[in-house]
Amino acid sequence: MSETPHKEVGVHTTTPVVGPGLTFASVTDKISSLVLKRKTPLWWFFGFGVSFILVQVLLLTITHLLFTGIGIWGNNVPVGWAFDIINFVWWIGIGHAGTLISAILLLLRQKWRTSINRFAEAMTLFAVASAGLFPLLHAGRPWVLYWMFPIPNTMGLWPQFRSPLMWDVFAISTYGTVSALFWFIGLIPDFATLRDRTRSKPFQIIYGLLAMGWRGSARHWHRYEMAYLLLAGLATPLVLSVHTIVSLDFASGVIPGWHATIFPPYFVAGAIYAGFAMVLMLTIPLRKFYGLEDFITMRHIQNMAKVMLATGLIVAYGYMMEAFFGWYSGNLYERFMIYNRMTGPYGWVYWLLILCNVLAPQLIWFKRFRTNLVVLFILSIIVSIGMWLERFVIIVTSLHRDFLPSSWGMYSPTGWDFSMFLGTIGLFFALLFLFIRFLPIISIFEMRTILPEAEVEEE
Amino acid sequence: MADDDKDKTKGREGEVPESPGHPVSPSPRLPANRRPATIPLYGVMAQFDNPSELVAAARRTYEAGYRRINGYSPYPIEELWEAIGFHHTRLPVIVLIGGILGGLGGFFMQYYLSVWEYPINVGGKPFNSWPAFIPITFEMTILCAALAAIFGMLALNKLPQPYHPVFNAPNFALATRDHFFLVIEANDARFNHDEVVQFMKSLGPTEVSDVEV
Repeated sequence: MSETPHKEVGVHTTTPVVGPGLTFASVTDKISSLVLKRKTPLWWFFGFGVSFILVQVLLLTITHLLFTGIGIWGNNVPVGWAFDIINFVWWIGIGHAGTLISAILLLLRQKWRTSINRFAEAMTLFAVASAGLFPLLHAGRPWVLYWMFPIPNTMGLWPQFRSPLMWDVFAISTYGTVSALFWFIGLIPDFATLRDRTRSKPFQIIYGLLAMGWRGSARHWHRYEMAYLLLAGLATPLVLSVHTIVSLDFASGVIPGWHATIFPPYFVAGAIYAGFAMVLMLTIPLRKFYGLEDFITMRHIQNMAKVMLATGLIVAYGYMMEAFFGWYSGNLYERFMIYNRMTGPYGWVYWLLILCNVLAPQLIWFKRFRTNLVVLFILSIIVSIGMWLERFVIIVTSLHRDFLPSSWGMYSPTGWDFSMFLGTIGLFFALLFLFIRFLPIISIFEMRTILPEAEVEEE
Repeated sequence: MADDDKDKTKGREGEVPESPGHPVSPSPRLPANRRPATIPLYGVMAQFDNPSELVAAARRTYEAGYRRINGYSPYPIEELWEAIGFHHTRLPVIVLIGGILGGLGGFFMQYYLSVWEYPINVGGKPFNSWPAFIPITFEMTILCAALAAIFGMLALNKLPQPYHPVFNAPNFALATRDHFFLVIEANDARFNHDEVVQFMKSLGPTEVSDVEV
């Protein structure tokens, strides 16, 4: 806190982290007024309405699924995993950028994270909620979900802890819990601000309850900062472990194309890649609609684009190594898998993936494109599609032709597969719209810490 | 390591002072017939406009020998908690214990269930196939340490606490916006109402006021 608050050593200082002339009062009033004073804009009703309709599609799909069974989906032997696991991995990956921004960038003292971390953490939570639905429903009988937890039961059954799917249960539930608590803890001082700012009695009570009596005491702040730092330190290995474990679902299987040691780092990089694409995709319109250019500056946008490019290159390296090891292994099945992946019936998906994930983001090298919001917005959509295609390629092309040609088959999704996927997109956006209407989308107290006037001058 | 959480002399907040308090004129907000003659005092509060003044004032207050003091600010100020003499918290130890218990608990849960309670032979692997137990052990370590961090912080801060005397102070709603406050609590060993008010006025605040319990 004693360093110059809005400059970082070694980083170009031409574009500041916050706009000029902001004060404690103006930052507080601007961000809290988005929640408290501003009339709900028309685009909010439109966006929330569309998302809400998609939520109904989700509920309809789930109802049909529970009454009929997972046979309504297209996956069947030999492609036993398809949209459900593709979407699960896709959503979980998107969530990881939120934790990366809030935890890893905090530990690295990247002050630019401050104006996007709240939003990114919310995105994490909603992505995890969407992700969790898929394995839950794919299990077929979600009402006996508790069988997956080590709870004493009259059947005398216990979970099989040697299974990576069991590790998944623990990893995802830990990740969901820790992300939710981390997010809530970050909100407490801002709830107090809203409690003190709002003039509506019901909101005073609601925000007052959520703030739990926060009063900005120095002793509280000390423990709070300590807790926040420790949580960031804990969330960092957690986020890496979660996608590692997700990748172990594949890597510990013997299917050609899955059984590879490169999977954990390759999956983690892909997760961050997809997540930053999603943060960019959401931030660019939001900062425009809410007029937050002083808070989320071009510096943020450029930094996110650069992280996207860097992780995109790691992912590209992963694709290269997959192909290389397929050939270098000398294993007939691995070689065939790569050959089939590139030239088989799903070959077009592979090449589309290379176009989306490897070629398109190379534009970010050029400052002209990196500072062009329209280009970045389109690129972030392309990368999100690319990352979805990546999971499709890994899952479907590996499964549909494995060892025995007699058990080969083809996979095609049904309408219910698509309605389920669209439904979770609706759920994600519906929650996000509620979040931007009722909670401060930028951490107010953390914004105060990076203002020039926050610096304490001592004699 | 001095542990300030346990050190009574350095003051704990959120407690009603044990001393009988110092009579002050009751709040004029109450109707005259319901106004008691005197009401107990929580402390005296000074208001500042910027963080540097608050930290300087807090430092001088500590140097003047007051120990049950506290600062209030809209964002965390490291210099402030150092100035009021609050250097260490037990939280890291609590988190460490949480993590160790979570790790051990996670491993031995799997060990007990897989070796004693429900042994199943999977592909001839040993019942105690410990490498396969590591991911869940790791997740349980993180989970318990994180829960310890969050609930430990709330417990040490005595939150949730819906009511606190400082909320009565004038302008205190601005402590979550852009105002800075310093309080000398009435249960400080050296507390004398008139002296404290005099002292606080010498610190250059914009306002000094009594805080009722």
